[in-house]
Amino acid sequence: MPVTVKIPTQLRAATGGQAELEVEGGTVGEVLDAVFDAHGGLRDRITQDGDLRRFVNVYVSGEDIRFQQGLETSINDGDEVTILPAVAGG
Amino acid sequence: MPVESLKCKECGTAYELDARYVCENCFGPLEVAYDFSGLDATEVKRRIQAGSQGIWRYRDFLPFKGRATDPLEPGLTPLLKAERLAERLGVDAEIWIKNDAANPTHSFKDRVVAVAVAKAKELGFDTVACASTGNLANAVAAHAAAAGLDSYVFVPANLEEQKLLATGVYGTNLVGVRGNYDDVNRLCTQLAEIHPWAFVNVNLRPYYAEGSKTLAYETVEQLGWQLPDRVVSPIASGSLFTKLARGFQEWLDLGLVCGEQPAFNGAQAEGCSPVATAFAEGWEVCKPQRPETIAKSLAIGDPADGPYAVEQARRSGGGVDSVTDQEIREGIKLLAETTGIFTETAGGVTVGVLRKLAERGEIAAGERVVVYITGEGLKTLDATRDTFQMHEIDPALESFEAEFPQEVAV
Repeated sequence: MPVTVKIPTQLRAATGGQAELEVEGGTVGEVLDAVFDAHGGLRDRITQDGDLRRFVNVYVSGEDIRFQQGLETSINDGDEVTILPAVAGG
Repeated sequence: MPVESLKCKECGTAYELDARYVCENCFGPLEVAYDFSGLDATEVKRRIQAGSQGIWRYRDFLPFKGRATDPLEPGLTPLLKAERLAERLGVDAEIWIKNDAANPTHSFKDRVVAVAVAKAKELGFDTVACASTGNLANAVAAHAAAAGLDSYVFVPANLEEQKLLATGVYGTNLVGVRGNYDDVNRLCTQLAEIHPWAFVNVNLRPYYAEGSKTLAYETVEQLGWQLPDRVVSPIASGSLFTKLARGFQEWLDLGLVCGEQPAFNGAQAEGCSPVATAFAEGWEVCKPQRPETIAKSLAIGDPADGPYAVEQARRSGGGVDSVTDQEIREGIKLLAETTGIFTETAGGVTVGVLRKLAERGEIAAGERVVVYITGEGLKTLDATRDTFQMHEIDPALESFEAEFPQEVAV
Protein backbone atom coordinates (compact mmCIF):
# COMPACT_ATOMS: atom_id res chain seq x y z
CA MET A 1 0.00 0.00 0.00
CA PRO A 2 1.19 3.57 -0.59
CA VAL A 3 2.97 5.13 2.36
CA THR A 4 4.35 8.61 3.02
CA VAL A 5 7.89 8.62 4.39
CA LYS A 6 9.11 11.79 6.08
CA ILE A 7 12.80 12.51 5.54
CA PRO A 8 14.68 14.65 8.09
CA THR A 9 16.60 17.72 6.96
CA GLN A 10 19.96 16.02 7.49
CA LEU A 11 19.16 13.36 4.87
CA ARG A 12 17.59 15.53 2.20
CA ALA A 13 20.84 15.93 0.29
CA ALA A 14 20.40 12.26 -0.58
CA THR A 15 16.78 12.72 -1.77
CA GLY A 16 17.37 15.71 -4.00
CA GLY A 17 15.89 17.96 -1.34
CA GLN A 18 12.60 16.06 -1.01
CA ALA A 19 11.09 16.12 2.49
CA GLU A 20 8.47 13.47 1.77
CA LEU A 21 8.55 10.35 -0.37
CA GLU A 22 5.65 8.20 -1.53
CA VAL A 23 6.54 4.49 -1.70
CA GLU A 24 4.87 1.08 -1.42
CA GLY A 25 5.39 -1.50 1.33
CA GLY A 26 3.61 -3.68 3.88
CA THR A 27 6.24 -3.47 6.63
CA VAL A 28 8.73 -0.83 7.76
CA GLY A 29 11.55 -2.92 6.26
CA GLU A 30 9.80 -3.07 2.89
CA VAL A 31 9.08 0.65 3.00
CA LEU A 32 12.73 1.46 3.73
CA ASP A 33 13.90 -0.89 0.95
CA ALA A 34 11.63 0.97 -1.45
CA VAL A 35 13.09 4.27 -0.25
CA PHE A 36 16.64 2.94 -0.77
CA ASP A 37 15.71 1.73 -4.27
CA ALA A 38 14.63 5.25 -5.16
CA HIS A 39 17.50 7.02 -3.39
CA GLY A 40 20.50 4.71 -3.09
CA GLY A 41 22.54 7.20 -1.06
CA LEU A 42 20.25 6.78 1.94
CA ARG A 43 20.96 3.11 2.60
CA ASP A 44 24.42 3.49 4.14
CA ARG A 45 23.48 6.64 5.96
CA ILE A 46 20.81 5.01 8.07
CA THR A 47 21.56 1.29 7.97
CA GLN A 48 24.60 -0.87 8.67
CA ASP A 49 24.76 -4.60 7.93
CA GLY A 50 21.02 -4.67 7.26
CA ASP A 51 20.01 -3.08 10.58
CA LEU A 52 19.17 0.48 11.44
CA ARG A 53 22.18 2.40 12.73
CA ARG A 54 22.07 2.94 16.48
CA PHE A 55 21.31 6.66 16.25
CA VAL A 56 18.35 6.38 13.87
CA ASN A 57 14.78 6.39 15.14
CA VAL A 58 11.86 5.30 12.95
CA TYR A 59 8.25 5.98 13.89
CA VAL A 60 5.04 4.63 12.36
CA SER A 61 2.34 7.25 12.88
CA GLY A 62 4.24 8.64 15.87
CA GLU A 63 5.02 5.28 17.53
CA ASP A 64 8.66 4.17 17.88
CA ILE A 65 9.08 0.87 15.96
CA ARG A 66 11.25 -0.51 18.77
CA PHE A 67 8.07 -0.69 20.87
CA GLN A 68 6.53 -2.68 18.02
CA GLN A 69 8.13 -5.31 15.78
CA GLY A 70 11.10 -3.25 14.58
CA LEU A 71 11.61 -3.50 10.84
CA GLU A 72 8.86 -6.15 10.74
CA THR A 73 6.28 -3.65 12.03
CA SER A 74 3.32 -3.74 9.65
CA ILE A 75 2.04 -0.67 7.91
CA ASN A 76 -1.66 0.08 7.82
CA ASP A 77 -3.58 2.23 5.43
CA GLY A 78 -2.93 5.89 6.10
CA ASP A 79 0.18 5.29 8.27
CA GLU A 80 3.06 7.69 7.97
CA VAL A 81 6.68 6.62 8.44
CA THR A 82 9.00 9.21 10.03
CA ILE A 83 12.79 8.93 10.18
CA LEU A 84 14.45 11.09 12.83
CA PRO A 85 17.87 11.45 14.46
CA ALA A 86 18.08 9.75 17.87
CA VAL A 87 20.69 12.09 19.23
CA ALA A 88 18.54 14.88 20.66
CA GLY A 89 17.39 15.60 24.17
CA GLY A 90 18.42 15.22 27.75
CA MET B 1 40.68 29.84 21.95
CA PRO B 2 41.23 26.13 21.29
CA VAL B 3 37.74 25.32 19.91
CA GLU B 4 38.03 24.01 16.37
CA SER B 5 34.98 22.36 14.82
CA LEU B 6 32.07 20.01 15.29
CA LYS B 7 33.02 16.40 14.76
CA CYS B 8 30.95 13.22 14.42
CA LYS B 9 31.54 10.90 17.38
CA GLU B 10 30.92 7.89 15.15
CA CYS B 11 32.72 8.57 11.86
CA GLY B 12 34.82 11.66 12.57
CA THR B 13 33.41 13.90 9.82
CA ALA B 14 34.07 17.55 10.70
CA TYR B 15 31.59 20.43 10.38
CA GLU B 16 31.59 24.20 10.89
CA LEU B 17 30.69 25.50 14.34
CA ASP B 18 27.04 26.25 13.53
CA ALA B 19 23.62 25.07 14.72
CA ARG B 20 23.71 21.39 13.84
CA TYR B 21 23.85 18.18 15.81
CA VAL B 22 23.65 15.20 13.44
CA CYS B 23 26.24 13.81 11.04
CA GLU B 24 24.90 13.81 7.50
CA ASN B 25 26.99 10.76 6.61
CA CYS B 26 26.15 8.33 9.39
CA PHE B 27 23.51 10.07 11.53
CA GLY B 28 25.86 9.97 14.53
CA PRO B 29 25.94 12.73 17.16
CA LEU B 30 28.24 15.71 16.70
CA GLU B 31 30.59 16.82 19.44
CA VAL B 32 32.76 19.92 19.81
CA ALA B 33 36.40 19.29 18.89
CA TYR B 34 39.28 21.34 20.32
CA ASP B 35 42.97 21.65 19.76
CA PHE B 36 44.53 22.07 23.20
CA SER B 37 48.10 21.64 21.93
CA GLY B 38 48.77 25.39 22.15
CA LEU B 39 47.84 25.57 25.84
CA ASP B 40 50.40 25.72 28.61
CA ALA B 41 49.13 23.95 31.75
CA THR B 42 50.66 26.45 34.20
CA GLU B 43 49.30 29.41 32.30
CA VAL B 44 45.82 27.79 32.02
CA LYS B 45 45.77 27.09 35.74
CA ARG B 46 46.63 30.69 36.47
CA ARG B 47 43.85 31.90 34.15
CA ILE B 48 41.35 29.59 35.85
CA GLN B 49 42.30 30.74 39.33
CA ALA B 50 42.14 34.39 38.30
CA GLY B 51 38.88 33.84 36.45
CA SER B 52 35.27 34.51 37.32
CA GLN B 53 33.48 32.76 40.20
CA GLY B 54 31.58 30.38 37.96
CA ILE B 55 31.76 28.30 34.80
CA TRP B 56 33.39 30.97 32.65
CA ARG B 57 36.64 30.53 34.58
CA TYR B 58 36.99 27.42 32.37
CA ARG B 59 36.53 29.32 29.12
CA ASP B 60 39.59 27.69 27.51
CA PHE B 61 37.58 24.46 27.52
CA LEU B 62 34.27 25.85 26.29
CA PRO B 63 33.12 26.14 22.66
CA PHE B 64 33.66 29.85 22.01
CA LYS B 65 36.24 31.75 20.03
CA GLY B 66 35.37 35.05 21.70
CA ARG B 67 34.72 35.97 25.32
CA ALA B 68 31.28 34.49 25.85
CA THR B 69 29.49 35.24 29.09
CA ASP B 70 26.00 35.26 30.55
CA PRO B 71 24.13 37.31 33.11
CA LEU B 72 23.26 34.37 35.43
CA GLU B 73 26.63 32.73 35.72
CA PRO B 74 26.21 29.28 37.30
CA GLY B 75 28.90 27.09 38.79
CA LEU B 76 31.40 26.91 41.66
CA THR B 77 28.77 25.12 43.70
CA PRO B 78 29.80 23.63 47.07
CA LEU B 79 31.68 20.35 47.34
CA LEU B 80 31.07 19.09 50.87
CA LYS B 81 32.68 16.25 52.75
CA ALA B 82 29.84 14.09 54.07
CA GLU B 83 31.35 12.32 57.09
CA ARG B 84 28.01 11.54 58.73
CA LEU B 85 26.71 10.04 55.49
CA ALA B 86 29.82 7.83 55.21
CA GLU B 87 29.27 6.76 58.79
CA ARG B 88 25.60 5.87 58.21
CA LEU B 89 26.62 3.90 55.11
CA GLY B 90 29.26 2.10 57.14
CA VAL B 91 32.06 2.85 54.73
CA ASP B 92 35.60 3.80 55.62
CA ALA B 93 35.82 6.13 52.65
CA GLU B 94 35.68 9.85 51.90
CA ILE B 95 32.24 10.71 50.56
CA TRP B 96 31.95 14.15 48.95
CA ILE B 97 28.68 15.73 47.86
CA LYS B 98 28.79 18.09 44.91
CA ASN B 99 25.67 20.11 45.58
CA ASP B 100 24.69 21.42 42.18
CA ALA B 101 21.28 22.44 43.41
CA ALA B 102 23.16 25.60 44.42
CA ASN B 103 22.84 27.10 40.95
CA PRO B 104 20.65 30.02 39.79
CA THR B 105 17.62 27.82 38.97
CA HIS B 106 18.61 25.09 41.43
CA SER B 107 19.90 22.36 39.14
CA PHE B 108 22.98 21.47 37.09
CA LYS B 109 21.03 22.44 33.97
CA ASP B 110 22.11 26.06 34.48
CA ARG B 111 25.58 25.03 33.33
CA VAL B 112 24.48 23.59 30.01
CA VAL B 113 21.94 26.31 29.38
CA ALA B 114 24.41 29.12 30.10
CA VAL B 115 26.65 27.69 27.38
CA ALA B 116 23.79 27.04 24.94
CA VAL B 117 22.20 30.47 25.36
CA ALA B 118 25.56 32.20 24.91
CA LYS B 119 26.03 30.16 21.73
CA ALA B 120 22.48 30.99 20.55
CA LYS B 121 23.27 34.69 20.93
CA GLU B 122 26.58 34.33 19.15
CA LEU B 123 24.87 32.54 16.25
CA GLY B 124 22.24 35.29 16.03
CA PHE B 125 19.13 33.46 17.25
CA ASP B 126 16.41 35.53 18.91
CA THR B 127 14.42 32.57 20.27
CA VAL B 128 15.58 29.63 22.37
CA ALA B 129 13.65 26.46 23.11
CA CYS B 130 14.00 23.03 24.70
CA ALA B 131 12.47 19.65 25.36
CA SER B 132 12.60 19.19 29.11
CA THR B 133 11.81 16.90 32.02
CA GLY B 134 11.59 20.00 34.23
CA ASN B 135 14.93 21.29 35.40
CA LEU B 136 15.95 22.30 31.90
CA ALA B 137 12.63 24.11 31.52
CA ASN B 138 13.40 26.23 34.59
CA ALA B 139 16.88 27.02 33.33
CA VAL B 140 15.96 27.85 29.73
CA ALA B 141 13.10 30.12 30.80
CA ALA B 142 15.32 31.95 33.29
CA HIS B 143 18.41 32.33 31.12
CA ALA B 144 16.30 33.45 28.14
CA ALA B 145 14.64 36.07 30.35
CA ALA B 146 18.02 37.28 31.61
CA ALA B 147 19.44 37.43 28.09
CA GLY B 148 16.37 39.13 26.60
CA LEU B 149 15.51 36.28 24.24
CA ASP B 150 12.09 34.78 23.52
CA SER B 151 11.64 31.19 24.62
CA TYR B 152 9.47 28.13 24.10
CA VAL B 153 9.71 25.41 26.69
CA PHE B 154 8.19 21.99 25.97
CA VAL B 155 7.54 19.59 28.85
CA PRO B 156 5.35 16.55 29.54
CA ALA B 157 2.03 18.06 30.68
CA ASN B 158 1.97 15.87 33.82
CA LEU B 159 5.18 17.32 35.28
CA GLU B 160 5.50 18.19 38.99
CA GLU B 161 3.57 21.40 39.70
CA GLN B 162 6.62 23.01 41.33
CA LYS B 163 8.61 22.66 38.11
CA LEU B 164 5.78 24.11 36.01
CA LEU B 165 5.41 27.10 38.35
CA ALA B 166 9.17 27.66 38.50
CA THR B 167 9.20 27.82 34.70
CA GLY B 168 6.10 29.88 33.93
CA VAL B 169 7.16 32.65 36.29
CA TYR B 170 9.92 33.75 33.88
CA GLY B 171 7.40 34.69 31.19
CA THR B 172 8.26 31.92 28.76
CA ASN B 173 5.88 30.16 26.37
CA LEU B 174 5.35 27.05 28.49
CA VAL B 175 3.97 24.18 26.41
CA GLY B 176 2.70 21.06 28.22
CA VAL B 177 2.66 18.17 25.78
CA ARG B 178 0.23 15.31 26.40
CA GLY B 179 2.81 12.55 26.32
CA ASN B 180 6.05 11.45 27.98
CA TYR B 181 9.48 13.05 27.61
CA ASP B 182 10.38 10.95 24.59
CA ASP B 183 7.23 12.20 22.84
CA VAL B 184 8.21 15.77 23.72
CA ASN B 185 11.71 15.17 22.41
CA ARG B 186 10.44 13.75 19.12
CA LEU B 187 8.12 16.73 18.67
CA CYS B 188 10.99 19.16 19.34
CA THR B 189 13.24 17.33 16.88
CA GLN B 190 10.53 17.90 14.27
CA LEU B 191 9.90 21.51 15.32
CA ALA B 192 13.63 22.24 15.10
CA GLU B 193 13.43 21.44 11.38
CA ILE B 194 10.84 24.08 10.63
CA HIS B 195 11.38 26.89 13.14
CA PRO B 196 14.48 29.08 13.16
CA TRP B 197 14.95 28.59 16.90
CA ALA B 198 17.86 27.49 19.00
CA PHE B 199 16.64 24.31 20.68
CA VAL B 200 19.31 24.03 23.35
CA ASN B 201 19.20 20.23 23.49
CA VAL B 202 18.45 19.59 19.83
CA ASN B 203 20.23 21.73 17.24
CA LEU B 204 22.56 23.31 19.85
CA ARG B 205 23.09 20.07 21.74
CA PRO B 206 26.82 19.71 20.95
CA TYR B 207 27.51 23.07 22.65
CA TYR B 208 24.96 22.60 25.42
CA ALA B 209 26.50 19.28 26.46
CA GLU B 210 29.91 20.94 26.88
CA GLY B 211 28.56 22.84 29.88
CA SER B 212 28.50 19.62 31.89
CA LYS B 213 32.29 19.35 31.71
CA THR B 214 32.53 22.25 34.14
CA LEU B 215 31.25 19.92 36.89
CA ALA B 216 34.33 17.75 36.36
CA TYR B 217 36.71 20.72 36.34
CA GLU B 218 35.22 22.08 39.56
CA THR B 219 35.48 18.71 41.24
CA VAL B 220 39.20 18.55 40.46
CA GLU B 221 39.82 22.14 41.52
CA GLN B 222 37.83 21.79 44.75
CA LEU B 223 39.66 18.56 45.65
CA GLY B 224 42.91 20.52 45.51
CA TRP B 225 43.73 19.63 41.88
CA GLN B 226 43.18 15.94 42.41
CA LEU B 227 40.87 13.38 40.88
CA PRO B 228 38.30 11.37 42.82
CA ASP B 229 38.60 7.57 42.80
CA ARG B 230 34.93 7.10 42.06
CA VAL B 231 32.02 9.23 40.92
CA VAL B 232 28.33 8.49 41.32
CA SER B 233 26.12 10.41 38.92
CA PRO B 234 22.51 10.17 37.76
CA ILE B 235 21.85 9.10 34.18
CA ALA B 236 18.95 10.43 32.13
CA SER B 237 20.16 10.99 28.55
CA GLY B 238 23.69 9.97 29.57
CA SER B 239 25.13 13.32 28.53
CA LEU B 240 26.27 14.50 31.99
CA PHE B 241 27.79 11.09 32.73
CA THR B 242 29.88 11.02 29.55
CA LYS B 243 30.86 14.70 29.73
CA LEU B 244 32.17 14.30 33.27
CA ALA B 245 34.58 11.73 31.85
CA ARG B 246 35.51 14.02 29.00
CA GLY B 247 36.21 16.89 31.40
CA PHE B 248 38.52 14.74 33.54
CA GLN B 249 40.25 13.40 30.41
CA GLU B 250 40.94 16.85 28.97
CA TRP B 251 42.67 17.87 32.18
CA LEU B 252 44.61 14.62 32.38
CA ASP B 253 45.78 15.07 28.78
CA LEU B 254 46.83 18.64 29.41
CA GLY B 255 48.64 17.71 32.64
CA LEU B 256 46.47 19.92 34.83
CA VAL B 257 45.87 16.88 37.01
CA CYS B 258 47.65 13.55 37.40
CA GLY B 259 46.30 10.08 37.97
CA GLU B 260 43.60 7.99 36.42
CA GLN B 261 39.98 8.38 35.44
CA PRO B 262 37.70 7.56 38.37
CA ALA B 263 35.36 4.57 38.31
CA PHE B 264 32.02 5.79 36.96
CA ASN B 265 28.83 4.60 38.66
CA GLY B 266 25.59 5.63 36.99
CA ALA B 267 22.26 5.88 38.78
CA GLN B 268 18.82 5.30 37.28
CA ALA B 269 15.32 4.75 38.59
CA GLU B 270 14.04 1.20 38.20
CA GLY B 271 10.95 2.57 36.44
CA CYS B 272 13.16 4.10 33.75
CA SER B 273 16.38 2.15 33.51
CA PRO B 274 17.32 1.63 29.85
CA VAL B 275 21.01 2.29 30.56
CA ALA B 276 21.18 0.12 33.70
CA THR B 277 19.45 -2.67 31.77
CA ALA B 278 21.84 -2.42 28.83
CA PHE B 279 24.78 -2.48 31.26
CA ALA B 280 23.44 -5.53 33.10
CA GLU B 281 22.62 -7.39 29.89
CA GLY B 282 25.91 -6.63 28.18
CA TRP B 283 24.21 -4.75 25.33
CA GLU B 284 25.89 -2.03 23.29
CA VAL B 285 22.64 -0.18 22.68
CA CYS B 286 19.79 0.70 24.97
CA LYS B 287 16.34 -0.71 24.42
CA PRO B 288 13.85 2.13 24.93
CA GLN B 289 11.43 1.97 27.85
CA ARG B 290 8.19 3.70 28.79
CA PRO B 291 9.06 5.54 32.03
CA GLU B 292 7.07 4.93 35.19
CA THR B 293 8.88 6.54 38.11
CA ILE B 294 8.70 9.41 40.59
CA ALA B 295 12.14 10.51 39.32
CA LYS B 296 10.63 12.50 36.48
CA SER B 297 13.76 14.49 35.82
CA LEU B 298 15.48 11.21 34.87
CA ALA B 299 12.51 9.81 32.95
CA ILE B 300 14.07 9.49 29.52
CA GLY B 301 13.15 6.13 28.05
CA ASP B 302 15.22 6.58 24.90
CA PRO B 303 18.52 8.13 26.06
CA ALA B 304 20.52 9.83 23.30
CA ASP B 305 23.90 9.13 24.91
CA GLY B 306 22.88 5.78 26.36
CA PRO B 307 25.41 3.69 24.39
CA TYR B 308 28.26 6.03 25.39
CA ALA B 309 27.20 5.95 29.03
CA VAL B 310 27.24 2.14 29.03
CA GLU B 311 30.70 2.20 27.43
CA GLN B 312 31.98 4.70 30.00
CA ALA B 313 30.71 2.65 32.95
CA ARG B 314 32.37 -0.49 31.56
CA ARG B 315 35.63 1.15 30.53
CA SER B 316 36.12 2.80 33.93
CA GLY B 317 35.40 -0.32 35.96
CA GLY B 318 32.21 1.18 37.36
CA GLY B 319 28.62 0.23 36.64
CA VAL B 320 25.04 1.40 36.27
CA ASP B 321 22.45 0.53 38.91
CA SER B 322 18.80 1.29 39.42
CA VAL B 323 16.69 1.86 42.54
CA THR B 324 12.97 1.62 43.30
CA ASP B 325 10.73 4.59 44.05
CA GLN B 326 10.84 3.62 47.72
CA GLU B 327 14.65 3.58 47.67
CA ILE B 328 14.56 7.00 45.99
CA ARG B 329 12.48 8.42 48.87
CA GLU B 330 14.85 6.83 51.37
CA GLY B 331 17.82 8.29 49.49
CA ILE B 332 16.38 11.80 49.71
CA LYS B 333 15.85 11.34 53.44
CA LEU B 334 19.27 9.81 54.05
CA LEU B 335 21.02 12.74 52.37
CA ALA B 336 18.87 15.29 54.17
CA GLU B 337 19.37 13.70 57.59
CA THR B 338 23.14 13.34 57.29
CA THR B 339 24.19 16.42 55.31
CA GLY B 340 21.43 19.01 55.56
CA ILE B 341 21.02 18.91 51.78
CA PHE B 342 17.49 18.49 50.47
CA THR B 343 17.58 17.03 46.98
CA GLU B 344 14.95 16.21 44.43
CA THR B 345 14.09 12.71 43.27
CA ALA B 346 17.11 12.51 40.93
CA GLY B 347 19.37 13.03 43.95
CA GLY B 348 17.41 10.34 45.77
CA VAL B 349 18.26 8.01 42.89
CA THR B 350 21.93 8.88 43.13
CA VAL B 351 22.12 8.47 46.90
CA GLY B 352 20.10 5.25 46.61
CA VAL B 353 22.70 3.85 44.25
CA LEU B 354 25.54 5.05 46.52
CA ARG B 355 23.88 3.11 49.34
CA LYS B 356 23.65 0.01 47.14
CA LEU B 357 27.35 0.24 46.30
CA ALA B 358 28.16 0.57 50.00
CA GLU B 359 25.95 -2.41 50.90
CA ARG B 360 27.60 -4.53 48.23
CA GLY B 361 31.02 -3.61 49.56
CA GLU B 362 32.08 -1.96 46.33
CA ILE B 363 33.41 1.16 47.99
CA ALA B 364 36.94 0.39 49.12
CA ALA B 365 38.50 1.69 52.32
CA GLY B 366 40.16 5.04 51.77
CA GLU B 367 38.40 5.66 48.46
CA ARG B 368 37.46 9.20 47.59
CA VAL B 369 33.94 9.22 46.17
CA VAL B 370 32.18 12.24 44.65
CA VAL B 371 28.39 12.10 44.47
CA TYR B 372 26.66 14.49 42.06
CA ILE B 373 23.47 15.99 43.45
CA THR B 374 21.94 17.65 40.42
CA GLY B 375 18.72 19.22 41.69
CA GLU B 376 16.77 20.78 44.54
CA GLY B 377 14.27 19.04 46.82
CA LEU B 378 11.78 21.90 46.77
CA LYS B 379 11.03 21.02 43.13
CA THR B 380 9.67 17.55 43.94
CA LEU B 381 7.94 18.04 47.27
CA ASP B 382 5.49 15.19 46.70
CA ALA B 383 8.32 12.68 47.07
CA THR B 384 8.73 13.62 50.74
CA ARG B 385 5.04 13.72 51.58
CA ASP B 386 4.10 11.16 54.25
CA THR B 387 7.72 10.27 55.01
CA PHE B 388 7.46 11.89 58.46
CA GLN B 389 4.84 13.12 60.86
CA MET B 390 4.24 16.60 62.18
CA HIS B 391 3.35 16.87 65.88
CA GLU B 392 0.34 19.16 66.15
CA ILE B 393 -0.25 20.65 69.59
CA ASP B 394 -2.15 23.46 71.32
CA PRO B 395 -0.19 26.59 72.25
CA ALA B 396 0.20 25.38 75.83
CA LEU B 397 3.11 23.92 77.78
CA GLU B 398 1.14 20.88 78.88
CA SER B 399 0.20 20.12 75.32
CA PHE B 400 3.87 20.00 74.34
CA GLU B 401 4.80 17.98 77.41
CA ALA B 402 2.07 15.47 76.63
CA GLU B 403 3.40 15.08 73.11
CA PHE B 404 7.05 14.85 74.20
CA PRO B 405 7.10 13.39 77.70
CA GLN B 406 10.59 13.90 79.11
CA GLU B 407 12.53 15.01 82.13
CA VAL B 408 12.55 18.76 82.42
CA ALA B 409 15.71 20.33 83.78
CA VAL B 410 14.91 23.33 85.95
